[in-house]
Amino acid sequence: MSFASHDSATRQSQGEAITAEEIAASDAKADDATARYALLLGDDALILSQRLGAWVSRAPELEEDVALANIALDLLGHARFLLTYAGTAWGKSEDDLAYFRSEEEFRSCRLVEQENGDFGKTIARQLIFSFYQHELYSRLVNSTDTTLAAIAAKALKEVDYHQDHAAQWILRLGLGTEESARRVQAGLDSVWSYVEELFTDVEPITELGDIAVLPSSLREATLARLHQVIEQAGLSIPDMSGAHGADRSGRHSEQRGLILAEMQVLARQHPGATW
Amino acid sequence: MSPENHQHAPLHLADESDAAAALAEAESGQNRFDEIIAEDSRVEPRDWMPESYRKSLVRQVSQHAHSEIIGMQPEGNWISRAPSLKRKAILIAKVQDEAGHGLYLYSAAETLGRPREEMYDQLYSGKAKYSSIFNYPARTWADIGAIGWLVDGAAIVNQVPLCRASYGPYGRAMVRICKEESFHQRQGWEILYSLSHGTEAQHQMAQEAVNRFYGPALQMFGPPDGDSPNSQQSMAWKIKRFTNDELRQRFVDMLVPQVEALGLTLPDPELKWNEERGHYDFGDLDWDEFFAVIKGNGPLSRQRLEHYRKARDEGAWVREAATAYANRQSQDQAALIGA
Repeated sequence: MSFASHDSATRQSQGEAITAEEIAASDAKADDATARYALLLGDDALILSQRLGAWVSRAPELEEDVALANIALDLLGHARFLLTYAGTAWGKSEDDLAYFRSEEEFRSCRLVEQENGDFGKTIARQLIFSFYQHELYSRLVNSTDTTLAAIAAKALKEVDYHQDHAAQWILRLGLGTEESARRVQAGLDSVWSYVEELFTDVEPITELGDIAVLPSSLREATLARLHQVIEQAGLSIPDMSGAHGADRSGRHSEQRGLILAEMQVLARQHPGATW
Repeated sequence: MSPENHQHAPLHLADESDAAAALAEAESGQNRFDEIIAEDSRVEPRDWMPESYRKSLVRQVSQHAHSEIIGMQPEGNWISRAPSLKRKAILIAKVQDEAGHGLYLYSAAETLGRPREEMYDQLYSGKAKYSSIFNYPARTWADIGAIGWLVDGAAIVNQVPLCRASYGPYGRAMVRICKEESFHQRQGWEILYSLSHGTEAQHQMAQEAVNRFYGPALQMFGPPDGDSPNSQQSMAWKIKRFTNDELRQRFVDMLVPQVEALGLTLPDPELKWNEERGHYDFGDLDWDEFFAVIKGNGPLSRQRLEHYRKARDEGAWVREAATAYANRQSQDQAALIGA
């Protein structure tokens, strides 16, 4: 029996050679607080990847099917690194953490949980999250935890492309037609009240010192860059304060449970199975 | 130049001498084309080619592109539920590859003068054909394995000879596509292998998927040689290199050792090694079902088309915005240069 090629379609991109398998096999074990931080970052990436994956075969143009799938794949890669590293603290695998935690145990922010809506809303969500994540990873590369720093360095290169993709679309939609401007503005309005949660200092970040990046420290720079591109696109910054419950607890979200129900259904029908 | 221009150019010529010159050019073009085919060389976009060759290629390449695009649906449907993160990553990468294949193939068809938008419209209106296998549902996770192993496997057997197709852009697109398809097939095989060697329920899921996809996968090579109207001409033009039945036989011969390694069986009681022929004999396929599915009566034919149309419709405002923005940008640039 032979196959024509032994290459892998999911080869990691060039750059820092890091894979989930390597993190799992390495000697670097996260302590409990660092693991909970990695989990929080990983959950954001995982949930947004799950949302973006739903665009595949539904995008406005074939090139966008490719682009959104690519971003989903990058984020899933980040999630795999982060969940795998978190799992080293508790003897759990990435899949134990992704598929067998309940709604209350996830720490994702509500922004990434928001429904895709139309392409305008998805791009609004992408813009905010990729700008935030870029700011975050730019600083996390200096983490005193070398695994987190390495993950951030690898992810940063990809997020650089994500924010470029989002910014270009904000301009196209904001300055394209009346309808596109109206729709992308509606998208920004729809998700804006979840921006503050990104900058809220929740535990365990506050206990981690130089291992972590304090969310509140990202607020000014991220918002300044967001305001700039939104204004350049002829759109307005929604005038609204943050939604109550900015604590990533899941107690203030209806979306998380639905997302997990779909994501986890098959794995939970076959507990203990390998795939 | 578009095919229509090629075809109609002589009609617009001013006088008879021009018409005669055009005729002479076509004759020498035909001679050159025949030489290219005879010496197994490549026809390139700027070369003269018979209108029927161009048409036949546009049909084949665009159908292939459409198949990649519709094929994203059954597999895309499992991205959200993939049972491990690694499998999810592999599946996203695979479906993304299919979108990429669609892009190369539409581009290859564009070199023949057919605009992409026109091909989209044909798919949208339901006029265009695509591989009927994608009108079957991907019901279980094992179907993702069966699609990879059987459907991509059949596609490879079909497509490897197409890497030598006489039309250059098509042949070159196929080289890259075949490389990617071959790891898709391997990944499908690995999914089935894990399931087959997993729990009882997983094993059963794998066997059922193989049972459902085996027949339709064999039918991907097209009707039997006696009922395949386009095959002979395509072979003479060296677009196709082997007949439908030859390729189907090659595929069955390839599957038997692979299914044994999987620990599964193929759902054909007549499957048997024929020492004399040096090939496996296999039972008749349900061609009534095949033609019913081709006519648009597959289990999910309507769903696939509606899904495609919905995405096109819902994305229209985005494409309009992108065009308006691009036009504005080029106007701004023109104004800058003018100033």
